[in-house]
Amino acid sequence: MLLYFVFVLGIGFALKRYMKTSKDFFQAGRALPAWICGLAFISANLGAQEVIGMGASGAKYGLETAHFYGIGAIPAMIFVGIFMMPFYYGSKARSVPEFLRLRFDEKTRALNACSFAVMTVFSSGISMYAMARLIQALHVFDSLFQSLGLAPEGIFTFSIVLSAIIVLAYIFLGGLTSAIYNEVLQFFLIIAGFLPLVLLGLKNIGGWSGLKASLPVAYMHEWKGIMHASTNPMGIDIIGLGMGLGFVLGAGYWCTDFLVIQTAMASHNMDSARKVPLIAAVPKMVFPFLVILPGLIAIGLPTPHSTTAVFHNPDGSIVHQIDVVSTEQAEGRGIVPAKINPITGKPMTQADGKPLLDYDMATPNMLLHYFPTGILGLGLTALLASFMSGMAGNVTAFNTVFTYDLYQSYIHKGASDRHYMAVGRWATVGGILLSIATAYAAISFNNIMDTLQLVFSFVNAPLFATFLLGMFWKRTTGHGAFTGLITGTLAAVIHHGLTLPIEARPGIHGGWITVVHHYPSDMAQNFYGAIFAFVTNFIVAVIVSLCTKPKPESELVGLVHSLTPKPETSHLVWWKRPETLAIAVLVGAIALNLFFA
Amino acid sequence: MNLDLRIPMGLMFSIIGVILTGFGAATNGRIDLYARSLGINANLWWGIVLLVFGQIMFHMGRRRQKKVALLPPEPIDDSEPRRGH
Repeated sequence: MLLYFVFVLGIGFALKRYMKTSKDFFQAGRALPAWICGLAFISANLGAQEVIGMGASGAKYGLETAHFYGIGAIPAMIFVGIFMMPFYYGSKARSVPEFLRLRFDEKTRALNACSFAVMTVFSSGISMYAMARLIQALHVFDSLFQSLGLAPEGIFTFSIVLSAIIVLAYIFLGGLTSAIYNEVLQFFLIIAGFLPLVLLGLKNIGGWSGLKASLPVAYMHEWKGIMHASTNPMGIDIIGLGMGLGFVLGAGYWCTDFLVIQTAMASHNMDSARKVPLIAAVPKMVFPFLVILPGLIAIGLPTPHSTTAVFHNPDGSIVHQIDVVSTEQAEGRGIVPAKINPITGKPMTQADGKPLLDYDMATPNMLLHYFPTGILGLGLTALLASFMSGMAGNVTAFNTVFTYDLYQSYIHKGASDRHYMAVGRWATVGGILLSIATAYAAISFNNIMDTLQLVFSFVNAPLFATFLLGMFWKRTTGHGAFTGLITGTLAAVIHHGLTLPIEARPGIHGGWITVVHHYPSDMAQNFYGAIFAFVTNFIVAVIVSLCTKPKPESELVGLVHSLTPKPETSHLVWWKRPETLAIAVLVGAIALNLFFA
Repeated sequence: MNLDLRIPMGLMFSIIGVILTGFGAATNGRIDLYARSLGINANLWWGIVLLVFGQIMFHMGRRRQKKVALLPPEPIDDSEPRRGH
């Protein structure tokens, strides 16, 4: 683990020499090769939420979770690469909100910049909190603390401070380039940590057929029973899936979230920029195996009970290993423990009386279950790396948006470049401090994580409609975009207040206005909420745009599809063109889906 | 950027590979340690894999670095004005 930290900081120091202008700091000088940006694109997204969350979903829902990738991500990534990149990159906007300013007007940009800035800080804080909790639960630093004679309660603070300092250091020094380089490093580290896990797990459970035998049928099929909510574990239907996940949520994230877009905008020319999301799509297709399979294996394993084993080592020593299994493990399924009510000591139950499983522990428990000392360090470092890459991406997005969109536009215009670079560095510090504050707030208010995730979904859902309209319909006006965004978000909120998933109680899961409709699962509620938000935004934006005056066409050149010359790709050999790559990715994705249908 | 990422990355994975391989070789045959990983000496094997990977990356990076060092330095392109604020 120490090695990793040394290298991460080392890269930061090495890059400091190249940080001459703010362009270098915030945009990586726009000079990075496509393969680096592509891997960073996907790594920025591969935060702990992905690694742990997908494992948890895999344990809960089975292979259907792969839809998050196949439908939620790949089509959107292809779309953003081929169709939207020319506008993002060509406009020379330095951030997504700046693009909105160029295309629409100041208030649309302000709305997006503010909500985005807040979101990134909170996301980073949540990452920190989750990581610290995990470190605590996995007892990673316990022996270190014991040997130093420090109280174990300090582990939480130590984890937060340590991660904060490291991320702060390498971003402060090297800016976006540092973040991107480290994200690529983290990408490979995650593979290095998780691939052996999947290999061992599959071998243990008897290969693919063994896995199939130990799980319910629906778990192993991606598409089975998708036509109706009651026939698949996630409780969704094909419309909710296709439109909700694919079109709105997926596109909303991959096409508009500056966290990922910033890595593409750092590339050195237009062709590279377009290829970046496509390059990222390739590992994205394969990653389900790395992150979802552990979840499947975790729940397919036999549930542990207390055992004793005796080993005779070749060197003559005899080891008695007694594994005592706690209530939470015995009440769980496979190696996924149950959630224990800390007061009564009994497992918490869901509405149908079955014990509530702590799915988030699926992947971490897999690591502990299969890895001996040595490679376990690698696995835990990989997990840590995924958390840190999520944090770093958030922090760089924050400092760019803060400096360019909020500070430069509203607080202090026209200052020197060096001034803005300094501001960027201090924004990094500020952003990290706010994240730490968020992480601590999360301790006191247990539901804060869920609440924040909910708020993010409200804000993200309508975004894609705005961008779609903006890029492909020149008649869209600033007023239209602005009102569309607001009403879209409101629609998502109201939808949430009026509906409830079947197995939940009113409150944070919805239904706080009154329950008008029941959904089979919270996934379904999520997807349909997104659809409502999108449609509302779209309709309102169109109506308002038709009633207000648009910008003159001369200002919109390069920002709207109909007014932009098509990117010139005939100078490239056919197999180097972005379009070719896109088709290849699409074919690959379809093939995978067919195989696991 | 003049720093090719493959160099530090290759270096890091090579060192990790060496550590794991070394530890794996030293603890070869310890059944209690490797019961979890189904009796396979995971450290040894994976250590070798990572070492090879690290070396490949490192040498790819060095080759690129040498090629780039032979090219004339690129002029800084500040001629295109930026739009809007």
